[in-house]
Amino acid sequence: MTAFSPELLPVAQAIKARYPAGRERSGILPLLYLAQSVEGQVSREGLREVAELLGLTTAEVEAVASFYSMIRLRPTGTHVVNVCTNLSCALRGANEVYEVAHEATGVPHGGELSADGMFTVHEEECLGACDAAPVVQIDFANHDRVSPERMRELVDALRRGEVPAPARGEAPKDFRDASRILAGAEDA
Amino acid sequence: MMADATKIITANWDDPNAAGIDGYVANGGYEGLKKALGMSSAEVIDVVKASGLRGRGGAGFPTGVKWSFVPQNTGKPTYVVSNFDESEPGTYNNRELIEREPHQFLEGLAIAAYAIGSHTAFVYCRGEFLWPGTVLKRAIAEAYDKGFFGTGIAGSTYDLEVVLHRGAGAYICGEETALLSSLEGYRGQPRLRPPFPAVEGLYEAPTLINNVETLCNVPHILMKGAEWFAKIGPEKSPGSKVFSVSGKVERPGNYELPMGTPLRTLLEDHAGGVLGGKRLKAWTPGGSSTPMLTDEHLDVGLDFESVQAAGSLLGTGAIIVMDETDCIVEATRRLVEFYAHESCGKCTPCREGTWWGSRVLGRIESGFGREEDLPLLDDLGTNILFRAFCALADGAVSPIQSSLKYFRDEYEQHIREGRCPFAREVAEVPA
Repeated sequence: MTAFSPELLPVAQAIKARYPAGRERSGILPLLYLAQSVEGQVSREGLREVAELLGLTTAEVEAVASFYSMIRLRPTGTHVVNVCTNLSCALRGANEVYEVAHEATGVPHGGELSADGMFTVHEEECLGACDAAPVVQIDFANHDRVSPERMRELVDALRRGEVPAPARGEAPKDFRDASRILAGAEDA
Repeated sequence: MMADATKIITANWDDPNAAGIDGYVANGGYEGLKKALGMSSAEVIDVVKASGLRGRGGAGFPTGVKWSFVPQNTGKPTYVVSNFDESEPGTYNNRELIEREPHQFLEGLAIAAYAIGSHTAFVYCRGEFLWPGTVLKRAIAEAYDKGFFGTGIAGSTYDLEVVLHRGAGAYICGEETALLSSLEGYRGQPRLRPPFPAVEGLYEAPTLINNVETLCNVPHILMKGAEWFAKIGPEKSPGSKVFSVSGKVERPGNYELPMGTPLRTLLEDHAGGVLGGKRLKAWTPGGSSTPMLTDEHLDVGLDFESVQAAGSLLGTGAIIVMDETDCIVEATRRLVEFYAHESCGKCTPCREGTWWGSRVLGRIESGFGREEDLPLLDDLGTNILFRAFCALADGAVSPIQSSLKYFRDEYEQHIREGRCPFAREVAEVPA
């Protein structure tokens, strides 16, 4: 599969153009996000195409991609559920929320993907919203003070195809949509 | 209602219009930038120097001095990079500053750029901050539309481009040299200093790196003067600080108070006291990488000097509160696990030390600790501290050494009784 269709190539070029001439390599993360927005993860082919756009080798791009947890090199659910279990959230009951996230989504411990391909669950480090502990992000949209019951409701809503209203702002409709926003594709 | 006079950078948080450019301008926004543009860049730097403003990202370096370190005559461009990678556990003031009044930050950014002769500014926004990043992106677009960014900013002949750059999930990228590596398109690994970023930073050019909260103060200093700012709070740590309070308190939140405010005032008068009226057990003054303090330190003033005198660091001003029912060993394990997870792997003491530290703490917490584990943790701390490139490793040592200092008996009790005394069930052998 091709990450960058002919329609998407101008977007990729515009991302490169954000950075000074000769420094286009700075566009590697947004370009990886762009590939991820098409593929739902970054495949081998996606890495190769980003490399080609930047005049790098696939290995150089993979070395960068593998460093960052938000660039997904493995199969990833339609929705990514991140549960912060760092100290501020743990003190407010995050460990139970995290357990429920696994249970409700069907993502096994030690695994990352539910059998139906719908969910990826991550135990996250501090998400920078500790007043609202325990904090959960669904496709990187914040949900505040999430109880175990609320965690179940959120997963149920996702199963019904809904986009649960986030604590603030707007929510992407799924992980691919979040990746598209992270690439800054809409301004390109 | 009059804005609270003690607040500087959160004074407009109750005004929902402050998030948009019209509301911001109506409140007097971008006047500081106009004033700066009528001064020479050296004069702007002098004002910030005289204010005594110190960096709010953790290190507390004098901001004006940092600006003056950036050479403007090397024949290379200069860059401003703002660090919006806020990831220190417990810290969330930058996020709220951006969500509620993004233009205050952007105005400070533009003033900083002008002061160091930079025509390109980057904002490195943490990847997980999807919505705050969108708020910022839209605010940048508004500022371009209204002529505050772009060609001839705010009616001047000065040009400034502002680029939003989103990270992708790596705590280490908050470390300034790792941030630069990441922004250049590499793995976010720190670099050896010198050369310091001021001399050789982004794209090997002179670069100024400032935290979001730091830059939010700048427009106010320009408008009200260095003398006004220098008079707030203690002499050596002037101004206010937005404290992020979390954990076991009644009203967690961001509270802007003068530097030097004692923890007792912040905790009791603002955050509503310890949750459920329980006793304060331990707290961090500046996020997880600053040594924990205890209820003996309730009257410590929250400024750089006072917290340091008490044996810790002000860091980011992120107060994580633990009460008498919280297990210190568990809290420490969780924090050290964080550092193990976020270590970039470049330096052996950090990569190996944080991992082994979390294993040893895990087995003590689960009731499988050995008597020799405590000297082992002491030893681990001294072998990590100051032996890695960057401060991440030192951050991991803070909770280990401070918890052993104040709560050694609790560790000993875990080992003696072979279980966590806080009535948690014994898990399987972890190591």
